[in-house]
Amino acid sequence: MYKPIEIADGIYSVGCRDWDIRDFHGYSTYEGTTYNAFLITGEKNILIDTVKEKFGDELLANISRIIDPKEIDIVISNHTEMDHSGAIPKLMRKIGKDKPIYCSKMGAKNLKLHFNREFNFKVVGTGDELKIGKRTFSFLETRMLHWPDSMFTYLVEDGILFSSDAFGQHYAGDIFFDDEIGEEIIPHARKYYANILLHFSPRVQALLKDVAEMNLTINMICPDHGILWRDNPSRIIEAYDKWSRQEPERKVVVIFDSMWESTTKMARSITSGIESEDVNVRLMNTRKWHRSDIMTEIIDAGAIAVGSPTLNNSVFPVIADVMTYIKGLRPQNKIAAAFGSYGWSGEAVKILNKEFAEMKLDIIDDGVKVQYVPDEKDLDRCFDLGVKIAKALKEKLPKI
Amino acid sequence: MDKYECVCGYVYDPAIGDADTGVDAGVDAGTAFADLPEDWVCPLCGASKDNFEKVD
Ligand SMILES: Cc1cc2nc3c(=O)[nH]c(=O)nc-3n(C[C@H](O)[C@H](O)[C@H](O)COP(=O)(O)O)c2cc1C
Ligand SMILES: [Fe+2]
Ligand SMILES: [Fe+2]
Ligand SMILES: [Fe+2]
Repeated sequence: MYKPIEIADGIYSVGCRDWDIRDFHGYSTYEGTTYNAFLITGEKNILIDTVKEKFGDELLANISRIIDPKEIDIVISNHTEMDHSGAIPKLMRKIGKDKPIYCSKMGAKNLKLHFNREFNFKVVGTGDELKIGKRTFSFLETRMLHWPDSMFTYLVEDGILFSSDAFGQHYAGDIFFDDEIGEEIIPHARKYYANILLHFSPRVQALLKDVAEMNLTINMICPDHGILWRDNPSRIIEAYDKWSRQEPERKVVVIFDSMWESTTKMARSITSGIESEDVNVRLMNTRKWHRSDIMTEIIDAGAIAVGSPTLNNSVFPVIADVMTYIKGLRPQNKIAAAFGSYGWSGEAVKILNKEFAEMKLDIIDDGVKVQYVPDEKDLDRCFDLGVKIAKALKEKLPKI
Repeated sequence: MDKYECVCGYVYDPAIGDADTGVDAGVDAGTAFADLPEDWVCPLCGASKDNFEKVD
Protein backbone atom coordinates (compact mmCIF):
# COMPACT_ATOMS: atom_id res chain seq x y z
CA MET A 1 0.00 0.00 0.00
CA TYR A 2 1.15 3.49 -0.71
CA LYS A 3 -0.10 6.87 0.35
CA PRO A 4 -2.89 7.88 -2.01
CA ILE A 5 -1.77 10.74 -4.21
CA GLU A 6 -3.83 13.88 -4.57
CA ILE A 7 -3.81 14.34 -8.34
CA ALA A 8 -6.07 17.42 -8.32
CA ASP A 9 -8.01 19.33 -5.70
CA GLY A 10 -9.86 16.65 -3.69
CA ILE A 11 -9.15 13.92 -6.26
CA TYR A 12 -7.00 10.98 -5.22
CA SER A 13 -5.41 8.04 -6.97
CA VAL A 14 -6.24 5.16 -4.61
CA GLY A 15 -5.44 2.07 -6.70
CA CYS A 16 -2.90 -0.69 -6.18
CA ARG A 17 0.38 -1.79 -7.66
CA ASP A 18 0.79 -5.42 -8.70
CA TRP A 19 4.56 -5.63 -8.52
CA ASP A 20 4.82 -9.37 -9.11
CA ILE A 21 2.59 -10.04 -12.07
CA ARG A 22 4.58 -11.22 -15.08
CA ASP A 23 1.81 -12.74 -17.18
CA PHE A 24 -1.27 -10.61 -17.57
CA HIS A 25 -3.82 -12.76 -19.43
CA GLY A 26 -1.07 -13.97 -21.74
CA TYR A 27 0.67 -10.59 -22.09
CA SER A 28 4.19 -10.39 -20.64
CA THR A 29 4.44 -7.73 -17.95
CA TYR A 30 8.12 -7.53 -16.98
CA GLU A 31 7.52 -4.50 -14.81
CA GLY A 32 4.23 -5.56 -13.24
CA THR A 33 1.22 -3.31 -13.55
CA THR A 34 -1.09 -1.08 -11.57
CA TYR A 35 -4.84 -1.09 -11.18
CA ASN A 36 -5.71 2.57 -10.88
CA ALA A 37 -8.84 3.72 -9.09
CA PHE A 38 -9.82 7.28 -8.34
CA LEU A 39 -11.62 8.87 -5.43
CA ILE A 40 -13.29 12.21 -6.00
CA THR A 41 -14.24 13.81 -2.70
CA GLY A 42 -16.68 16.65 -2.14
CA GLU A 43 -20.40 17.08 -1.57
CA LYS A 44 -20.60 13.43 -2.48
CA ASN A 45 -17.74 10.97 -2.65
CA ILE A 46 -17.30 9.08 -5.85
CA LEU A 47 -15.06 6.15 -6.70
CA ILE A 48 -14.12 5.51 -10.31
CA ASP A 49 -13.25 1.85 -10.93
CA THR A 50 -11.82 -0.66 -8.50
CA VAL A 51 -8.97 -3.18 -8.61
CA LYS A 52 -8.38 -6.92 -8.98
CA GLU A 53 -10.27 -8.96 -6.42
CA LYS A 54 -7.19 -9.93 -4.41
CA PHE A 55 -6.28 -6.27 -3.93
CA GLY A 56 -9.72 -5.40 -2.51
CA ASP A 57 -8.50 -4.97 1.07
CA GLU A 58 -5.62 -2.81 -0.07
CA LEU A 59 -8.01 -0.59 -2.03
CA LEU A 60 -10.21 -0.15 1.04
CA ALA A 61 -7.16 0.61 3.17
CA ASN A 62 -6.00 3.24 0.66
CA ILE A 63 -9.43 4.88 0.64
CA SER A 64 -9.47 4.82 4.44
CA ARG A 65 -6.51 7.16 4.52
CA ILE A 66 -8.72 9.82 2.92
CA ILE A 67 -12.28 9.03 4.04
CA ASP A 68 -14.18 6.19 5.65
CA PRO A 69 -15.09 3.96 2.68
CA LYS A 70 -18.67 3.91 3.96
CA GLU A 71 -18.83 7.57 2.97
CA ILE A 72 -18.55 6.67 -0.70
CA ASP A 73 -21.90 7.59 -2.26
CA ILE A 74 -21.45 6.57 -5.87
CA VAL A 75 -19.33 4.09 -7.81
CA ILE A 76 -18.56 4.56 -11.49
CA SER A 77 -17.51 1.44 -13.39
CA ASN A 78 -15.86 2.37 -16.68
CA HIS A 79 -15.01 -1.23 -17.58
CA THR A 80 -16.22 -4.69 -16.52
CA GLU A 81 -12.97 -6.60 -16.91
CA MET A 82 -11.99 -8.10 -13.58
CA ASP A 83 -8.77 -6.14 -13.14
CA HIS A 84 -11.07 -3.15 -12.55
CA SER A 85 -14.29 -4.71 -11.31
CA GLY A 86 -12.98 -7.61 -9.22
CA ALA A 87 -13.19 -5.71 -5.95
CA ILE A 88 -16.72 -4.37 -6.59
CA PRO A 89 -18.50 -7.10 -4.53
CA LYS A 90 -16.23 -6.53 -1.52
CA LEU A 91 -16.50 -2.76 -1.90
CA MET A 92 -20.29 -2.85 -2.08
CA ARG A 93 -20.50 -5.07 1.00
CA LYS A 94 -18.45 -2.47 2.82
CA ILE A 95 -20.13 0.73 1.58
CA GLY A 96 -23.70 -0.55 1.24
CA LYS A 97 -24.90 -2.79 -1.53
CA ASP A 98 -27.66 -0.42 -2.61
CA LYS A 99 -25.34 2.44 -3.42
CA PRO A 100 -25.56 3.28 -7.14
CA ILE A 101 -23.10 1.97 -9.71
CA TYR A 102 -22.97 4.14 -12.83
CA CYS A 103 -21.99 2.21 -15.94
CA SER A 104 -22.86 1.71 -19.60
CA LYS A 105 -25.78 -0.45 -20.71
CA MET A 106 -23.37 -3.26 -21.56
CA GLY A 107 -21.58 -2.63 -18.27
CA ALA A 108 -24.74 -3.40 -16.32
CA LYS A 109 -25.31 -6.54 -18.38
CA ASN A 110 -21.74 -7.73 -18.11
CA LEU A 111 -21.26 -6.97 -14.40
CA LYS A 112 -24.29 -9.20 -13.76
CA LEU A 113 -22.71 -11.93 -15.86
CA HIS A 114 -19.49 -11.67 -13.85
CA PHE A 115 -20.84 -11.53 -10.30
CA ASN A 116 -24.19 -13.22 -10.73
CA ARG A 117 -26.03 -10.63 -8.70
CA GLU A 118 -27.96 -7.40 -9.06
CA PHE A 119 -26.54 -4.06 -8.09
CA ASN A 120 -28.23 -0.69 -8.14
CA PHE A 121 -27.14 0.10 -11.68
CA LYS A 122 -27.58 3.56 -13.15
CA VAL A 123 -27.13 3.12 -16.87
CA VAL A 124 -25.51 6.06 -18.66
CA GLY A 125 -24.55 6.69 -22.26
CA THR A 126 -22.63 9.22 -24.31
CA GLY A 127 -23.57 12.77 -23.39
CA ASP A 128 -25.21 11.90 -20.07
CA GLU A 129 -24.06 14.04 -17.19
CA LEU A 130 -24.02 13.75 -13.45
CA LYS A 131 -23.75 17.04 -11.57
CA ILE A 132 -22.38 16.91 -8.05
CA GLY A 133 -21.58 20.13 -6.24
CA LYS A 134 -19.12 22.10 -8.33
CA ARG A 135 -18.31 19.13 -10.55
CA THR A 136 -19.86 17.65 -13.67
CA PHE A 137 -19.21 14.03 -14.63
CA SER A 138 -19.77 13.50 -18.33
CA PHE A 139 -19.89 9.99 -19.81
CA LEU A 140 -18.64 8.82 -23.16
CA GLU A 141 -19.26 5.27 -24.34
CA THR A 142 -16.24 3.71 -26.04
CA ARG A 143 -17.84 0.42 -26.99
CA MET A 144 -15.32 -2.26 -28.05
CA LEU A 145 -12.40 -0.16 -26.90
CA HIS A 146 -11.71 -2.72 -25.80
CA TRP A 147 -14.81 -4.44 -24.38
CA PRO A 148 -18.53 -3.95 -25.10
CA ASP A 149 -18.91 -2.18 -21.74
CA SER A 150 -15.97 0.24 -22.01
CA MET A 151 -16.61 3.90 -21.36
CA PHE A 152 -14.80 7.09 -20.36
CA THR A 153 -15.76 9.48 -17.59
CA TYR A 154 -14.80 13.10 -18.11
CA LEU A 155 -14.66 15.65 -15.32
CA VAL A 156 -15.72 18.81 -17.09
CA GLU A 157 -14.53 21.60 -14.76
CA ASP A 158 -11.22 19.90 -13.94
CA GLY A 159 -10.60 18.76 -17.52
CA ILE A 160 -9.70 15.25 -16.36
CA LEU A 161 -10.43 12.25 -18.55
CA PHE A 162 -10.72 8.89 -16.80
CA SER A 163 -10.07 6.69 -19.80
CA SER A 164 -10.29 3.14 -18.46
CA ASP A 165 -7.78 0.89 -20.28
CA ALA A 166 -7.18 3.32 -23.15
CA PHE A 167 -3.86 5.22 -22.90
CA GLY A 168 -2.72 2.76 -20.21
CA GLN A 169 0.54 0.91 -19.79
CA HIS A 170 1.49 -2.13 -17.77
CA TYR A 171 4.09 -0.50 -15.58
CA ALA A 172 4.47 -0.50 -11.82
CA GLY A 173 7.22 1.74 -10.56
CA ASP A 174 8.03 4.45 -8.07
CA ILE A 175 6.73 6.99 -10.54
CA PHE A 176 3.17 8.11 -11.09
CA PHE A 177 3.19 10.83 -13.74
CA ASP A 178 4.41 11.25 -17.31
CA ASP A 179 6.70 14.18 -16.47
CA GLU A 180 8.54 12.02 -13.93
CA ILE A 181 9.38 9.30 -16.43
CA GLY A 182 9.51 11.01 -19.82
CA GLU A 183 9.80 9.13 -23.11
CA GLU A 184 10.73 5.92 -21.29
CA ILE A 185 7.03 5.19 -20.81
CA ILE A 186 6.20 5.28 -24.53
CA PRO A 187 7.39 1.72 -25.32
CA HIS A 188 5.10 0.45 -22.53
CA ALA A 189 2.17 2.39 -23.97
CA ARG A 190 3.01 1.12 -27.45
CA LYS A 191 3.08 -2.46 -26.21
CA TYR A 192 -0.31 -1.94 -24.59
CA TYR A 193 -1.74 -0.55 -27.83
CA ALA A 194 -0.23 -3.33 -29.95
CA ASN A 195 -1.64 -6.08 -27.77
CA ILE A 196 -4.97 -4.72 -26.60
CA LEU A 197 -6.21 -2.21 -29.16
CA LEU A 198 -4.51 -2.69 -32.51
CA HIS A 199 -7.40 -4.66 -34.06
CA PHE A 200 -9.76 -1.84 -33.12
CA SER A 201 -7.65 0.81 -34.87
CA PRO A 202 -10.46 2.05 -37.16
CA ARG A 203 -12.58 2.58 -34.04
CA VAL A 204 -9.71 4.39 -32.33
CA GLN A 205 -9.45 6.72 -35.33
CA ALA A 206 -13.21 7.39 -35.14
CA LEU A 207 -13.01 8.03 -31.40
CA LEU A 208 -10.08 10.44 -31.71
CA LYS A 209 -12.02 12.34 -34.34
CA ASP A 210 -15.11 12.51 -32.13
CA VAL A 211 -13.08 13.69 -29.16
CA ALA A 212 -11.32 16.34 -31.26
CA GLU A 213 -14.72 17.61 -32.46
CA MET A 214 -15.99 17.81 -28.88
CA ASN A 215 -13.23 20.35 -28.21
CA LEU A 216 -12.69 19.13 -24.67
CA THR A 217 -10.10 20.74 -22.47
CA ILE A 218 -7.96 17.84 -21.39
CA ASN A 219 -5.61 18.76 -18.59
CA MET A 220 -5.02 15.23 -17.49
CA ILE A 221 -5.67 11.70 -18.73
CA CYS A 222 -6.00 9.06 -16.05
CA PRO A 223 -5.93 5.53 -17.43
CA ASP A 224 -6.57 2.45 -15.30
CA HIS A 225 -3.01 1.13 -15.70
CA GLY A 226 0.36 2.76 -15.23
CA ILE A 227 1.28 6.41 -15.10
CA LEU A 228 -1.10 9.36 -15.44
CA TRP A 229 -0.68 11.86 -18.29
CA ARG A 230 -0.74 15.22 -16.51
CA ASP A 231 2.12 17.10 -18.11
CA ASN A 232 1.39 16.50 -21.75
CA PRO A 233 -1.76 14.45 -22.40
CA SER A 234 -1.56 15.28 -26.09
CA ARG A 235 1.64 13.19 -26.26
CA ILE A 236 -0.30 9.96 -25.82
CA ILE A 237 -3.24 11.11 -27.97
CA GLU A 238 -0.82 11.82 -30.82
CA ALA A 239 0.83 8.44 -30.29
CA TYR A 240 -2.57 6.71 -30.49
CA ASP A 241 -3.31 8.61 -33.67
CA LYS A 242 -0.03 7.39 -35.18
CA TRP A 243 -0.41 3.77 -34.05
CA SER A 244 -4.03 3.54 -35.16
CA ARG A 245 -3.16 4.80 -38.63
CA GLN A 246 -0.89 1.74 -38.90
CA GLU A 247 1.58 3.50 -41.11
CA PRO A 248 4.38 1.09 -41.98
CA GLU A 249 8.06 1.95 -41.58
CA ARG A 250 11.19 0.64 -43.25
CA LYS A 251 11.54 -2.18 -40.80
CA VAL A 252 11.20 -5.95 -41.12
CA VAL A 253 10.48 -8.43 -38.35
CA VAL A 254 11.76 -11.95 -39.07
CA ILE A 255 9.90 -14.43 -36.87
CA PHE A 256 10.88 -18.09 -36.73
CA ASP A 257 11.11 -21.31 -34.78
CA SER A 258 13.26 -24.32 -35.44
CA MET A 259 13.81 -27.90 -34.27
CA TRP A 260 17.25 -28.74 -35.75
CA GLU A 261 18.39 -25.19 -36.61
CA SER A 262 17.86 -25.45 -40.37
CA THR A 263 15.08 -22.86 -40.30
CA THR A 264 17.32 -20.80 -37.97
CA LYS A 265 20.06 -20.72 -40.63
CA MET A 266 17.51 -19.64 -43.22
CA ALA A 267 16.22 -16.89 -40.94
CA ARG A 268 19.76 -15.57 -40.45
CA SER A 269 20.43 -15.44 -44.18
CA ILE A 270 17.15 -13.64 -44.83
CA THR A 271 18.10 -11.16 -42.12
CA SER A 272 21.50 -10.56 -43.74
CA GLY A 273 19.81 -9.98 -47.09
CA ILE A 274 17.53 -7.37 -45.57
CA GLU A 275 20.43 -5.65 -43.84
CA SER A 276 22.44 -5.58 -47.07
CA GLU A 277 19.77 -3.21 -48.37
CA ASP A 278 20.08 -0.92 -45.32
CA VAL A 279 16.63 -1.73 -44.06
CA ASN A 280 16.12 -2.19 -40.32
CA VAL A 281 15.47 -5.74 -39.26
CA ARG A 282 14.73 -7.61 -36.08
CA LEU A 283 15.18 -11.37 -35.79
CA MET A 284 12.80 -12.95 -33.29
CA ASN A 285 12.94 -16.58 -32.24
CA THR A 286 9.47 -17.48 -30.99
CA ARG A 287 10.88 -19.58 -28.19
CA LYS A 288 12.94 -16.70 -26.85
CA TRP A 289 10.46 -13.88 -27.40
CA HIS A 290 7.03 -13.65 -25.87
CA ARG A 291 4.22 -13.28 -28.40
CA SER A 292 3.26 -9.94 -26.90
CA ASP A 293 6.79 -8.59 -27.47
CA ILE A 294 6.76 -9.83 -31.07
CA MET A 295 3.44 -8.02 -31.57
CA THR A 296 4.93 -4.81 -30.23
CA GLU A 297 7.69 -4.95 -32.83
CA ILE A 298 5.24 -5.70 -35.61
CA ILE A 299 3.05 -2.62 -35.33
CA ASP A 300 5.40 -0.22 -37.05
CA ALA A 301 7.10 -2.80 -39.30
CA GLY A 302 6.44 -2.62 -43.02
CA ALA A 303 7.08 -6.32 -43.54
CA ILE A 304 7.15 -9.63 -41.73
CA ALA A 305 8.90 -12.84 -42.70
CA VAL A 306 7.74 -15.95 -40.88
CA GLY A 307 9.65 -19.21 -40.83
CA SER A 308 8.60 -22.61 -39.59
CA PRO A 309 9.81 -26.16 -40.01
CA THR A 310 7.15 -28.70 -40.94
CA LEU A 311 6.02 -30.84 -38.01
CA ASN A 312 3.43 -33.59 -38.48
CA ASN A 313 2.18 -32.05 -41.74
CA SER A 314 1.67 -28.68 -40.12
CA VAL A 315 3.50 -25.62 -38.85
CA PHE A 316 5.48 -25.80 -35.63
CA PRO A 317 3.00 -25.30 -32.72
CA VAL A 318 4.78 -22.26 -31.29
CA ILE A 319 4.55 -20.58 -34.71
CA ALA A 320 0.85 -21.48 -34.85
CA ASP A 321 0.46 -19.82 -31.45
CA VAL A 322 2.18 -16.64 -32.54
CA MET A 323 0.40 -16.54 -35.91
CA THR A 324 -3.02 -16.97 -34.27
CA TYR A 325 -2.18 -14.14 -31.94
CA ILE A 326 -0.90 -11.81 -34.67
CA LYS A 327 -3.89 -12.58 -36.89
CA GLY A 328 -6.37 -11.72 -34.14
CA LEU A 329 -4.78 -8.29 -33.72
CA ARG A 330 -5.17 -7.63 -37.46
CA PRO A 331 -2.01 -5.76 -38.44
CA GLN A 332 -2.52 -3.88 -41.72
CA ASN A 333 -0.41 -2.52 -44.57
CA LYS A 334 2.32 -5.14 -44.41
CA ILE A 335 4.39 -7.11 -46.86
CA ALA A 336 4.80 -10.81 -45.95
CA ALA A 337 6.88 -13.81 -46.93
CA ALA A 338 7.26 -17.34 -45.56
CA PHE A 339 10.16 -19.76 -45.31
CA GLY A 340 11.02 -23.05 -43.66
CA SER A 341 12.97 -26.27 -43.69
CA TYR A 342 11.20 -29.61 -44.10
CA GLY A 343 11.92 -33.31 -44.51
CA TRP A 344 9.37 -34.88 -46.86
CA SER A 345 5.84 -33.40 -47.13
CA GLY A 346 6.77 -29.76 -46.32
CA GLU A 347 3.38 -28.14 -45.67
CA ALA A 348 4.52 -25.28 -43.41
CA VAL A 349 5.23 -22.59 -46.03
CA LYS A 350 1.93 -23.24 -47.81
CA ILE A 351 0.02 -22.99 -44.55
CA LEU A 352 1.77 -19.72 -43.66
CA ASN A 353 0.93 -18.26 -47.07
CA LYS A 354 -2.71 -19.18 -46.55
CA GLU A 355 -2.67 -17.40 -43.21
CA PHE A 356 -1.07 -14.31 -44.77
CA ALA A 357 -3.75 -14.27 -47.47
CA GLU A 358 -6.51 -14.44 -44.86
CA MET A 359 -4.84 -11.59 -43.01
CA LYS A 360 -4.84 -9.59 -46.27
CA LEU A 361 -1.08 -9.09 -46.16
CA ASP A 362 0.80 -8.44 -49.35
CA ILE A 363 2.58 -11.74 -50.15
CA ILE A 364 5.53 -10.81 -52.35
CA ASP A 365 7.03 -14.26 -52.86
CA ASP A 366 5.91 -17.91 -52.86
CA GLY A 367 8.37 -18.41 -50.02
CA VAL A 368 11.57 -20.42 -49.67
CA LYS A 369 11.47 -24.12 -48.79
CA VAL A 370 14.61 -26.12 -48.09
CA GLN A 371 14.72 -29.88 -47.71
CA TYR A 372 16.59 -30.74 -44.51
CA VAL A 373 19.81 -28.77 -43.98
CA PRO A 374 20.36 -25.69 -46.17
CA ASP A 375 23.52 -25.64 -48.28
CA GLU A 376 25.30 -22.56 -49.67
CA LYS A 377 22.93 -22.30 -52.60
CA ASP A 378 19.88 -22.58 -50.38
CA LEU A 379 21.24 -19.88 -48.10
CA ASP A 380 21.81 -17.67 -51.13
CA ARG A 381 18.14 -18.11 -52.02
CA CYS A 382 17.26 -17.01 -48.49
CA PHE A 383 19.58 -14.01 -48.73
CA ASP A 384 17.90 -13.12 -52.01
CA LEU A 385 14.48 -13.35 -50.38
CA GLY A 386 15.71 -10.89 -47.76
CA VAL A 387 16.90 -8.54 -50.52
CA LYS A 388 13.56 -8.89 -52.29
CA ILE A 389 11.59 -8.03 -49.15
CA ALA A 390 13.81 -5.02 -48.44
CA LYS A 391 13.59 -3.75 -52.01
CA ALA A 392 9.80 -4.13 -52.08
CA LEU A 393 9.62 -2.20 -48.85
CA LYS A 394 11.85 0.59 -50.13
CA GLU A 395 9.76 0.82 -53.26
CA LYS A 396 6.60 1.02 -51.19
CA LEU A 397 8.10 3.57 -48.81
CA PRO A 398 10.37 5.83 -50.82
CA LYS A 399 12.53 8.12 -48.69
CA ILE A 400 11.45 11.71 -49.09
CA MET B 1 -37.09 -2.20 -41.60
CA ASP B 2 -36.09 -4.05 -38.43
CA LYS B 3 -33.04 -3.22 -36.40
CA TYR B 4 -30.86 -5.98 -34.99
CA GLU B 5 -28.67 -5.88 -31.90
CA CYS B 6 -25.39 -7.73 -31.46
CA VAL B 7 -24.24 -9.37 -28.21
CA CYS B 8 -21.75 -6.51 -27.89
CA GLY B 9 -24.53 -3.90 -27.89
CA TYR B 10 -24.02 -2.65 -31.44
CA VAL B 11 -27.32 -2.03 -33.21
CA TYR B 12 -27.51 -2.58 -36.94
CA ASP B 13 -29.89 -0.02 -38.37
CA PRO B 14 -30.75 -0.67 -42.03
CA ALA B 15 -31.45 3.02 -42.48
CA ILE B 16 -27.76 3.74 -41.80
CA GLY B 17 -25.90 0.61 -42.90
CA ASP B 18 -22.64 0.16 -41.02
CA ALA B 19 -20.84 3.28 -42.18
CA ASP B 20 -21.25 5.08 -38.84
CA THR B 21 -18.89 2.74 -37.00
CA GLY B 22 -15.63 4.02 -38.41
CA VAL B 23 -15.13 0.56 -39.92
CA ASP B 24 -15.66 0.66 -43.63
CA ALA B 25 -17.34 -2.64 -44.35
CA GLY B 26 -19.09 -1.18 -47.36
CA VAL B 27 -22.69 -1.87 -46.46
CA ASP B 28 -24.96 0.75 -47.97
CA ALA B 29 -27.79 2.43 -46.17
CA GLY B 30 -31.06 0.68 -46.98
CA THR B 31 -29.69 -2.88 -46.71
CA ALA B 32 -32.01 -5.09 -44.64
CA PHE B 33 -30.31 -7.26 -42.02
CA ALA B 34 -31.49 -10.40 -43.82
CA ASP B 35 -29.80 -9.20 -47.01
CA LEU B 36 -26.39 -8.80 -45.40
CA PRO B 37 -23.99 -11.44 -46.71
CA GLU B 38 -23.74 -14.59 -44.58
CA ASP B 39 -20.09 -13.86 -43.84
CA TRP B 40 -20.85 -10.33 -42.66
CA VAL B 41 -19.62 -9.73 -39.12
CA CYS B 42 -20.36 -7.10 -36.52
CA PRO B 43 -18.27 -4.04 -37.44
CA LEU B 44 -17.52 -3.47 -33.76
CA CYS B 45 -16.76 -6.85 -32.22
CA GLY B 46 -16.47 -9.26 -35.16
CA ALA B 47 -19.36 -11.53 -34.09
CA SER B 48 -21.17 -13.41 -36.87
CA LYS B 49 -24.78 -12.71 -37.89
CA ASP B 50 -26.24 -15.43 -35.65
CA ASN B 51 -25.16 -13.38 -32.61
CA PHE B 52 -27.73 -10.70 -33.47
CA GLU B 53 -31.26 -10.43 -32.19
CA LYS B 54 -34.14 -8.41 -33.52
CA VAL B 55 -34.81 -5.20 -31.59
CA ASP B 56 -38.46 -4.77 -30.66
C1 LIG C 1 -7.82 -9.04 -24.42
C2 LIG C 1 -9.13 -9.77 -24.45
C3 LIG C 1 -9.76 -10.02 -25.65
C4 LIG C 1 -10.96 -10.72 -25.70
N1 LIG C 1 -11.54 -10.98 -26.92
C5 LIG C 1 -12.73 -11.62 -26.96
C6 LIG C 1 -13.38 -11.86 -28.22
O1 LIG C 1 -12.88 -11.48 -29.28
N2 LIG C 1 -14.57 -12.48 -28.22
C7 LIG C 1 -15.15 -12.93 -27.07
O2 LIG C 1 -16.22 -13.55 -27.13
N3 LIG C 1 -14.58 -12.69 -25.85
C8 LIG C 1 -13.38 -12.05 -25.79
N4 LIG C 1 -12.80 -11.81 -24.56
C9 LIG C 1 -13.54 -12.11 -23.32
C10 LIG C 1 -13.15 -13.43 -22.66
O3 LIG C 1 -13.35 -14.52 -23.54
C11 LIG C 1 -13.98 -13.59 -21.39
O4 LIG C 1 -13.52 -12.63 -20.45
C12 LIG C 1 -13.94 -14.97 -20.78
O5 LIG C 1 -14.87 -15.01 -19.72
C13 LIG C 1 -12.55 -15.32 -20.24
O6 LIG C 1 -12.53 -16.68 -19.83
P1 LIG C 1 -11.42 -17.23 -18.84
O7 LIG C 1 -11.79 -16.69 -17.48
O8 LIG C 1 -11.48 -18.71 -18.92
O9 LIG C 1 -10.12 -16.67 -19.31
C14 LIG C 1 -11.56 -11.16 -24.51
C15 LIG C 1 -10.91 -10.92 -23.30
C16 LIG C 1 -9.70 -10.24 -23.27
C17 LIG C 1 -9.03 -10.03 -21.95
FE1 LIG D 1 -9.62 -4.37 -20.05
FE1 LIG E 1 -7.36 -3.26 -17.59
FE1 LIG F 1 -20.83 -6.92 -32.01
